[in-house]
Amino acid sequence: MLKTTIATVLGGLLASGAAMADNYDEGATDDEIKFGVIVPLSGPASAYGSVGHCFEGYFNAVNDKGGINGRKINVLVQDDGYNPAKTLEQARRLVEREGVLFLAGDLGTPTNSAIHRYMNQREVPQLFITTGASKWDDPENYPWTMPYLPSYAAEARIYAKHINEAIPDAKIGILYQNDDFGRDYKDAFIDQLEDKGMVVSEVSYDVTGATIDSQMSTLKDSGATVFFNIASPKFAAQAIRRAGEIGWDTTQFLVSVSNAKSAVLDPAGLENAEGIISTQYLKAPSDPAYANDPDVKAWHEFKANYFEKGSEGNWWDWACYSSAFTLEHVLNEAGDNLTRENIMAIAANLDGFEAPMLLPGISVNTSADDFSPIEAMSLMKFEDGNWTLFGDVIAVD
Amino acid sequence: MTTGLNEPANRVHEMPDFRPSARFWARLGYGAAAILFLAATGTLQGYELFLASSILSYAIAAMGLNVLMGYNGQISLGHGAFFAIGAYSAAICIDQFGMSFAFTPIVAGIVGMAAGWIIGKPALRLEGVYLALATFGLAIATPTILRSDLFAQWTGGVQGLFLLINPAPKWTGLDLDQSIYLTVVVYFLAFAYVTLRLVRGLNGYAWLATRDNPIAARAMGFDVTKAKTRAFVYSVLACSVGGALQAVAVQFVAPDSFPFFLSISLFTAVVVGGLCSPLLGPILGSAFIVLVPNVTEEVWQGGSWAVYGAVVILVMAIQPKGLAGMFDWLKFKVAGQSGS
Amino acid sequence: MTFFLEQLIIGLSSGGIYAIMALALVVIYKSTGHVNLAQGELAVFSTFIAWTLVQMGVPIWPAILLTMIVSFIGAVILERVVIRPFDEADDLVIVAVFVGLFLGIHSLAGAIWNYEVKPFPSAFSDGSVQIVSDLSIRAHTLGSLLTTCVVLAATWFFFRYTRLGLALRASADNHESSRLVGINVSFMLALGWGLAAAIGAIAGVMIAPVTFLDPSMGLAPLIFALAGALLGGITSPFGAALGGLIVGVLEAMISAYVPYGIEFRELIALLLILSVLLVKPAGLFGELVTRRV
Repeated sequence: MLKTTIATVLGGLLASGAAMADNYDEGATDDEIKFGVIVPLSGPASAYGSVGHCFEGYFNAVNDKGGINGRKINVLVQDDGYNPAKTLEQARRLVEREGVLFLAGDLGTPTNSAIHRYMNQREVPQLFITTGASKWDDPENYPWTMPYLPSYAAEARIYAKHINEAIPDAKIGILYQNDDFGRDYKDAFIDQLEDKGMVVSEVSYDVTGATIDSQMSTLKDSGATVFFNIASPKFAAQAIRRAGEIGWDTTQFLVSVSNAKSAVLDPAGLENAEGIISTQYLKAPSDPAYANDPDVKAWHEFKANYFEKGSEGNWWDWACYSSAFTLEHVLNEAGDNLTRENIMAIAANLDGFEAPMLLPGISVNTSADDFSPIEAMSLMKFEDGNWTLFGDVIAVD
Repeated sequence: MTTGLNEPANRVHEMPDFRPSARFWARLGYGAAAILFLAATGTLQGYELFLASSILSYAIAAMGLNVLMGYNGQISLGHGAFFAIGAYSAAICIDQFGMSFAFTPIVAGIVGMAAGWIIGKPALRLEGVYLALATFGLAIATPTILRSDLFAQWTGGVQGLFLLINPAPKWTGLDLDQSIYLTVVVYFLAFAYVTLRLVRGLNGYAWLATRDNPIAARAMGFDVTKAKTRAFVYSVLACSVGGALQAVAVQFVAPDSFPFFLSISLFTAVVVGGLCSPLLGPILGSAFIVLVPNVTEEVWQGGSWAVYGAVVILVMAIQPKGLAGMFDWLKFKVAGQSGS
Repeated sequence: MTFFLEQLIIGLSSGGIYAIMALALVVIYKSTGHVNLAQGELAVFSTFIAWTLVQMGVPIWPAILLTMIVSFIGAVILERVVIRPFDEADDLVIVAVFVGLFLGIHSLAGAIWNYEVKPFPSAFSDGSVQIVSDLSIRAHTLGSLLTTCVVLAATWFFFRYTRLGLALRASADNHESSRLVGINVSFMLALGWGLAAAIGAIAGVMIAPVTFLDPSMGLAPLIFALAGALLGGITSPFGAALGGLIVGVLEAMISAYVPYGIEFRELIALLLILSVLLVKPAGLFGELVTRRV
């Protein structure tokens, strides 16, 4: 089932050979591997909490099949309420009191920022974190931190390049969420545009607000012909619906974070969503095109048995399946050499690893100076009630 | 409402015994507690020190807020905003001016007091639910203001700021966590001393009188407006110093660190800890808001706030004077039995 | 001009929602003397009940009616079980209880119905009404403004012309004297909670089609409704509803015309309201509550 290259195997063997004498770090024993996941399970960002349940469920499934190399996996899911101060408290509790081997899948940019330095000073892996900021890929300064998702900035550059080529006379209106997520997208997008003057209007909204109706009127009033929708699912759906209501006819670009059909486009009204352009690197389980795909089938089975809280509508609920799978692979490769250093070494030596849920042609690639596992995406367009990929898979940096 | 029920000095009047002097014993008790706090630097380790620093910095904020709410009877649901002002003041001092972390709470306190005075002047003309609304609105607007481009040059905008904190000089033998904890304890003891002096002095009487009956207070010659403003400014001062210390302990500030939930937490710490219990209440209340969510999370992971909310209501139902009230009752029982 | 009118319509649309919510706050204030911070969360919880009924195939209007009844009963039980022990408690303790309720109900809704965004059908029509070319108004907005008027009229009539309404006001004003004249105060308090929750349910099903339904839907409307109620006068149904509308329009105008208005709209709106309150402490149409000395 696992396709591994000779290089990875050799690398693993060499590493384990070298550290034979002392091959456990805290959190690993002959019969257990203990790691932590910090996600928001309370407060306004609770929707993302399912990432924690996903890791827990995934490794329950692994344990039911006998564990990894005879070891049971003990996943400790902790709540930080999306408050960075609390994230540090939870990380310190997990590392210093619970003695976990590493943290994996932690959600959020500000939250991971708060523990970035701590984890690297302690030399505890902060692995496959669920956030799209571009700062995580920095092995030189932060060799213990590795993201999983492609960065928001990389995705934004794809849209900008597309507009540069296909719609050079565009007048662009941008709606963005006023936080690190929205600004990452917006700044990288504008940066990549050949003519910065193309942006005729940029308005923000705040997650504490009720609607974005007012913002949409401002955008329409600016005379923009292209609409870049950088919003989280709820507001993205509101914006798409509102654009239809006020008859603002544009070429719409929608960030991948909010392109799930069931959670965004269905509520917004499919007739309003027609023609939207977005990107994808994952197979959406609700997409009929993948109804018979083995990955998607496996995901549905996993969801039914181990991940009841998961949803077809949340991209992070499929992305975390992919990262949990990759994590299992890394632990498997580590064999009996369960040191933090070895785990990072293996995670940083994935060559063409085919993690599930990734689109055909996209695989996981890392090296000692490249801590960015997924570096390709594909453009797609919403046509006749479904997403259709177009163009080649685009490599991003 | 009775005040200072939990203070040994008062309690002795209720249960006179052979002890030589109430004041002497009270002072001894405070001294012993202070030494205990300081000594913890050597016995606690990493995570525990961090947790203790965190609790004590919330306790400083709660002490101030208790003066405003408990003694002066004003309702604030927005002191998280001042906590944020303090935290950002400390962060900016360290980030822009390379100031040593131990002195940042002083700057934070000055900035906070200025902000408190500017906001407090008009806000204090409001009463009860109106003041609660005004401050609640402030709490909700805080993260948005911190994210604004207007101040991004200073605040780091959505990215926040990292605080580079150096431990105490090598000859002290203290590591980073110990240095931070020790600093927090020093500020905490200072605030404990000042708070006790204030609430037991003329200011305390002015506050209580203003709370219970402003007209009578005025008739007795207290300047009601001044008393209210003083309580407000002191609460803001404490909150900004607490925020600065919390920022130092976490070594990072970001807009998401100061959600309106923080303001609600501070409010909860004061009321659940025990109104009008100047020291014990804030400490117990702060421990409550830091530690109890970790427990409720274990009880029901999907609905930890539901359990937390239920616990808050339960505490209030059992003892309206909060945890400090329960503690007193317990002490009374124990003392009563051993005395008989 | 079109742009201005469009903003005005947007403002009225959210203002209408704040107005109903403000009415719920007025009802509970007039009958218990407290401002219930958890009112928004209760409304969201009710909306989830309505959503569940709709999912089960109940048509929207019967679902709303049923939800109002369930909310009424639920709130009466809540008052009896949770709030009653705090009858004589200090104001701050009551606020703490409301905070506990706020967190508890929010979290409970999330635990039961999860945090995913759900579309909610409009009780009216999903379409829009064309006013002039390029300017249209949602049918739902018209419907919810109409609903606001109906709820307002009913509330006003209830407090003004029914014996029960009078008894409610009396019992909130002074428990002891009310008891002496034979009013069942404890029944009145529970009734106040029930009525407020039923009105909150209406607010919820009016909000959800616009913003979509999720557990955090209630926060923004609650704050602006509270601001509106205080601006118009929390003792006056008419004042509170008007206050809600004013706040809605204010919010839209600030977002559209003031530089940095979107980021600071809560603060600006609040400052404006506070400056009005400093001149008229009881709000535009409220009666000044005499302080008991």
